[in-house]
Amino acid sequence: MKTTLVLSTALVGMAFAATAQEVNVVSWGGAYEVSQVEAYNKPFTEKTGIKVNMIAADNPSTPLKAQIEANNITGDVFDIEVSDAIRLCDEGALVEINPDDLPAAPDGTPAAEDFIDGALQDCAVANIFWGTVIAFDTTKFEGEKPSTAADFFDTEKFPGKRGLPKNPKRTLYLALIADGVPADQVYEKLSTPEGVDQAFAKLDAIKDNVVWWEAGAQPVQLLADGEVVMATGYNGRFFDAMVGEGKPFEIIWDGQYMDMDMFAIPKGAPNPEAAMEYLKFATDTQRLADQAKYIAYGPSRKSSAELVGLYKDGKTEMAPHMPTNPEHMKTAVMDDPEFWADHDAELTERFNSWLAGA
Amino acid sequence: MANALDPHAAIATTAGGLTDGALRTADGRPLVRALARSQALARRRAFLLVLPLLAFVLITFVIPIGQMLQRSFYNDGFSDHMPQLSQWFAENPRGAEPDEAAWTALATDLQASAEARTIGIVGTRINYDVPGTRSLFTSTGRQVRRGIEPPYQAALMEINEDWGDPRLWSAMREASNPVTGNFYLAAVDRKRGEDGSIQQVEERQQVYVMLFMRTFWLSLLITFITFVLGFPIAHLLATLPMRKSNLLMILVLLPFWTSLLVRTTSWMVLLQQQGVINDILVWLGVIGGGGRLQMIYNQTGTIIAMTHILLPFMILPLYSVMRTINPSYVRAARSLGATSWTAFRRVYFPQTLPGLGAGALLVFILAVGYYITPALVGGSSGQLISNMIAMHMTDTLNWSMAAALAALLLGAVLLLYWVYDRMVGIDNLKLG
Repeated sequence: MKTTLVLSTALVGMAFAATAQEVNVVSWGGAYEVSQVEAYNKPFTEKTGIKVNMIAADNPSTPLKAQIEANNITGDVFDIEVSDAIRLCDEGALVEINPDDLPAAPDGTPAAEDFIDGALQDCAVANIFWGTVIAFDTTKFEGEKPSTAADFFDTEKFPGKRGLPKNPKRTLYLALIADGVPADQVYEKLSTPEGVDQAFAKLDAIKDNVVWWEAGAQPVQLLADGEVVMATGYNGRFFDAMVGEGKPFEIIWDGQYMDMDMFAIPKGAPNPEAAMEYLKFATDTQRLADQAKYIAYGPSRKSSAELVGLYKDGKTEMAPHMPTNPEHMKTAVMDDPEFWADHDAELTERFNSWLAGA
Repeated sequence: MANALDPHAAIATTAGGLTDGALRTADGRPLVRALARSQALARRRAFLLVLPLLAFVLITFVIPIGQMLQRSFYNDGFSDHMPQLSQWFAENPRGAEPDEAAWTALATDLQASAEARTIGIVGTRINYDVPGTRSLFTSTGRQVRRGIEPPYQAALMEINEDWGDPRLWSAMREASNPVTGNFYLAAVDRKRGEDGSIQQVEERQQVYVMLFMRTFWLSLLITFITFVLGFPIAHLLATLPMRKSNLLMILVLLPFWTSLLVRTTSWMVLLQQQGVINDILVWLGVIGGGGRLQMIYNQTGTIIAMTHILLPFMILPLYSVMRTINPSYVRAARSLGATSWTAFRRVYFPQTLPGLGAGALLVFILAVGYYITPALVGGSSGQLISNMIAMHMTDTLNWSMAAALAALLLGAVLLLYWVYDRMVGIDNLKLG
């Protein structure tokens, strides 16, 4: 009798464990993850009882692609860039999302109209706009402080090491901007061999002074350690270090590279229903606005903008730190997913060849 | 089975020859057969004992690696999703102008592939060979999904003129056969031209040959440094009294037991520009604050960290061989008038060669495939070919390319092993 009881309890327990609701969310780690845990995950678990497991990756599309290729999906929701979302959607790897299923804005505007252009894709929904920006350590420059993308490449005027990401996507555009190419002509230039040569020639000028980084937390660390005096990185991370931790950094908004992060669900995800629930919940008006309380990334819904207020410290106004601030958009380069779907492989090869060359 | 080397079998056969198989066991069976049966049983039991290991190696090692290597020459990303066009290529030889039948096949396949949302896979495959064509497939796919009217050539050309590009058709022809050597060509910086001939890729796109050379050169250098550093230590270990040598041995083994990542990051702490070594040098006044040495995130960093990590693999085989060398040989040489250098060179050193061979082979093979250390401390000039394989595995997702590079690396190591076997003899290897 006793054994039966133990056994049946164990069985029920197992059955419960199997159906116990949870959802695995793969995101970018660091300060960004914290903002998502606070703004999305905690209220989500409170409301639905579904447990959220956060998994950090340098770029969540990397494990996602590997899981698809190996046909062994372990994550439910992936926080990925637009170009990856479109590419994987075209390859039939992502669940299609009907905008009518997404919650409407508080004033009743349907989701399809509430999201900013491009934020709704066939298989993915954007949550934030974010910028890759230059930041520098103010203590390292006594006289004149750098203020433009061109200054980033001027090691004579502003000596010291630079931190740059080890990929062509977030380096070539900056080289062109610094070389005087207007922001709206960057992709036109990059489509021609001469334009690519021009970008690499500009990068050549600082190649010996670059420390390459791969994870989003690295540039902040490199700046804080004094390994570099200037670095490009994700604006929210710099904000977190500046306002949250009081580091003496300053951001240069000139030549900002804007991108969106999107939530996508792979086909064959272990918890598809919970994943869809999470996606809908996390991209509603209030949640997107709440996230801005923890990190300086712009919400992807128009209706969230007016709800964005103060930073979690209760005194810092968020608007001047947002990448979507009109002041910061003047020379911003918007990510072009089609361009990168076509040229990523080619330019990555060229970039690696350039990088590996002495 | 009777074995010629088996003394019992020999007796049985000889005896059998003499007295028409009269040697029998107690129960009357011929001894030869009884012996053979008992030996077969023992062999079967031994085989059953190793069977789990064999199955384990097969399932977790041979099959996955085989599958992975297969991708280096087999990629059905195009042929699988474009069956009709592949059929047309099979029926028409190279050089045939695409006729309306080909365009019809293309349009039908594009439509079906766009419906099934596999158009991205097709585009990705062609994009490997003709960069910039991925969006041609996906954007055309979006349009033909809504329907397309014959004549197809005109219709497709109207959607995008790039469909007439002969380079594109040449690439599609190449891809229509899932078995291809193109990934190997790309892995040695070569490509196929429009006419199917093999050409070198543009100079600024060349990277793999250079990285292969660098990998082998750095591995050789690291092997040599570990030899120079490890030889005296191994000698000391082998000749010191037990108590002292045990202590020294622990010092050698301790880092060996420490996690690779911990050791690599410790080097980062020591070597970086604001790190311990630079701080000490500045404090001592050897260098100025502005002239801090760049010792990490470049080739130097890779060499230092990898030498340290691979050092035990050189010391341990050397030590085990040196332990067995009889000290009286060197003493005899000295007493016969050899200088200490001659005694070392002609008597002691040759006896350490089996250990040296084993250590060098181990260090070199490990170094050739090293990945995590160069990735962390190599910066840009310290990257090895394995980092490129990793990039193709996780970043560009061109697993065929990764497999081709890995196969070349594997081939090179096997070749080296063969050369070693021919020159030194693998039997002379002593691992401990």
